[in-house]
Amino acid sequence: MEQNDHFALSCPIPISQYPHVLLAHGGGGRLMHQLIGKMFLAAFRNPLLETQHDATVVELAGKKLAFTTDSYVVRPLFFPGGDVGSMAVHGTVNDLAMSGARPVYLSAAFIIEEGLPMETLWKVVCSMQQAAQRCGVQIITGDTKVVDKGKGDGVFINTAGIGVVEHDQKIAPQNVRPGDGVLVSGDLGRHGMAIMAVREGLQFESAIESDSAPVQDIVLALLKAGIEIHCLRDLTRGGLASALNEIAEASRVRIGIEEKSIPVREDVHAACEMLGLDPLHVACEGRFIALVAAKDVERALLVMRGQGTGAGSAVIGRVAESSAPLVTLKSAIGVSRILDMPSGEQLPRIC
Amino acid sequence: MKYLDEYRDGELAQRIAREVHRVTTRPWNIMEVCGGQTHAIVKFGIDELLPEHITLIHGPGCPVCVTPLEIIEKALDIAARPNVIFTSFGDMLRVPGSTTDLLSVKARGGDVRIVYSPLDAVKIAEQNPGREVVFFGVGFETTAPATAMAIYQAAQKELKNFSMLVSHVLVPPAMEALLSSPDCKVQGFLAAGHVCTVMGFEEYFPVAAKYHVPIVVTGFEPLDILQGVLMVVQQLESGRAEVENQYARAVRREGNQPAQKLVREVFRVIPRKWRGVGEIPQSGLGLNETYAAFDAEKKFGVAEHRVEEPAECISGLVLQGLKKPQECSAFGTKCTPEHPLGATMVSSEGACAAYYRYRRR
Repeated sequence: MEQNDHFALSCPIPISQYPHVLLAHGGGGRLMHQLIGKMFLAAFRNPLLETQHDATVVELAGKKLAFTTDSYVVRPLFFPGGDVGSMAVHGTVNDLAMSGARPVYLSAAFIIEEGLPMETLWKVVCSMQQAAQRCGVQIITGDTKVVDKGKGDGVFINTAGIGVVEHDQKIAPQNVRPGDGVLVSGDLGRHGMAIMAVREGLQFESAIESDSAPVQDIVLALLKAGIEIHCLRDLTRGGLASALNEIAEASRVRIGIEEKSIPVREDVHAACEMLGLDPLHVACEGRFIALVAAKDVERALLVMRGQGTGAGSAVIGRVAESSAPLVTLKSAIGVSRILDMPSGEQLPRIC
Repeated sequence: MKYLDEYRDGELAQRIAREVHRVTTRPWNIMEVCGGQTHAIVKFGIDELLPEHITLIHGPGCPVCVTPLEIIEKALDIAARPNVIFTSFGDMLRVPGSTTDLLSVKARGGDVRIVYSPLDAVKIAEQNPGREVVFFGVGFETTAPATAMAIYQAAQKELKNFSMLVSHVLVPPAMEALLSSPDCKVQGFLAAGHVCTVMGFEEYFPVAAKYHVPIVVTGFEPLDILQGVLMVVQQLESGRAEVENQYARAVRREGNQPAQKLVREVFRVIPRKWRGVGEIPQSGLGLNETYAAFDAEKKFGVAEHRVEEPAECISGLVLQGLKKPQECSAFGTKCTPEHPLGATMVSSEGACAAYYRYRRR
């Protein structure tokens, strides 16, 4: 494209196709990756940011620390199995845990919509406090803003977190090797379907409750057991399919998983079938995948299963050498196919 | 999961596939009509279990894909107006018009909402008496009874602020249109199971006889599709051209008669344009005169919009089974699910999107 003199002094907007931000740009799929790559990475580029891990590990005054941030904009604020407050703690604690860090401190920033009942806010705050206590972290700084009615969904919460890295392993999406085993810490898709069921007024025989939970205990147990961990990633927006594709891309490997070995609860599976969604694309809030050295796969599974929230852990696949990054899924009838990253938002199908 | 896992049994699938191999002596082209079947075939890799010389041609049975550009443009026009709440099934939101899509209209402030049932749109109309609520009524015979029910209820409730942009299409006329084309390569059909749940399969008897093609009413799970293929191949190999029902657990010969009656009450059969195919006579449903007040095209004065399809996109040829998605020069490069050129790349049931998602590399 020709450079227009008039705009020579400003940055041209690198995304040419959509002149406006769509909801799909936040959906955890390919559109979001394009947005991050072309906008944020391009503008802020530095080696630490480029690791693109859930939390970044930095060295300060001889100490290794992990740092991360996340915003929570869930609607409704309260849902079966959790609420925005506990999620805001678990999510950030889990991001820290994905670098193998022990979470220590959190910040909490509230963007509150005018008119929110004080009682609702208090319930959210209490839930945060309880979650923080359970995770052994302290909320040590914060911020409060109120916006006009109609400009927010009750309350948006941002938390940032700091954790201490007490191991010498290199845990990052770039460090996955052929032969590594892929483990998942429990059944998939419950958080996403719980939210969707409440939000869209879909009724099932029993309520699907969110899997929102802290996972740091499982990770710390893996480290303590001396498991050689190459990568950890929590399965939030975009689900398992996005996480595996990101890792395959970063390490330039082929990751092969088996549909039969992936734990998905029956009610979640049924809800997904009904709506035409794929459980492998649906978000979790208390699940992660661990890619560990081949020699440690069996032991890692035992360690994970030995932890409360990891009881449903399973080995779901292997990493292989490949000329191009690729994720494949062996289907229920035994045929392999590509497992792609979802495109944007998950849209229910017509029929 | 009960009633699903049984139909995804790997060992049984292999066994039926072996039987298909055993009975096949020649190359055959079989079309699965429904997009849901295309999706399952590619998702589970069913075609890879079949003999090499059985070609599955992906038919025009994706309602999202065949909705003509013209109607999409009308939808975009109506959805962008102030005071309108535009309701639609989820995957219509990403369908590209000539310049934009419903997602973008929503991003610019249009009130576009996903509903799971047309009746939810009626509810929204009741809850928002000061606003115009429009439902985008697309789909085959499968969804037609639900849209008909929405119109029927809106009429009973005398709702003045509810209307529908109707783009319903019918399967058998499209099959006939394909068969009567001189380029037609299709030798047998897997008929769309859920369409037949509503309509039954009596209307296929004259088609099978006239064009001498086997038509097997088929379900959507891997074992259904494999068995459907086996039944078609058995017919082809023995020179028969009959209508058979593989999907007997859901389909009766006469279909769902109360649903058919409701559809006849609200709709009449009209000619309709199919995206990438052109106009097919007697292939669509439009509102009956009695319900004309619910016609969004009239209410919003968009009935006269005319739009040409983009030349580069070969979705028409793909829909007719004349080309495979990878044979398109734009496939996976200029045309992806994020930026689709044609509708077959948009819907998860569209042939191009299915190939892109599962077969790209």
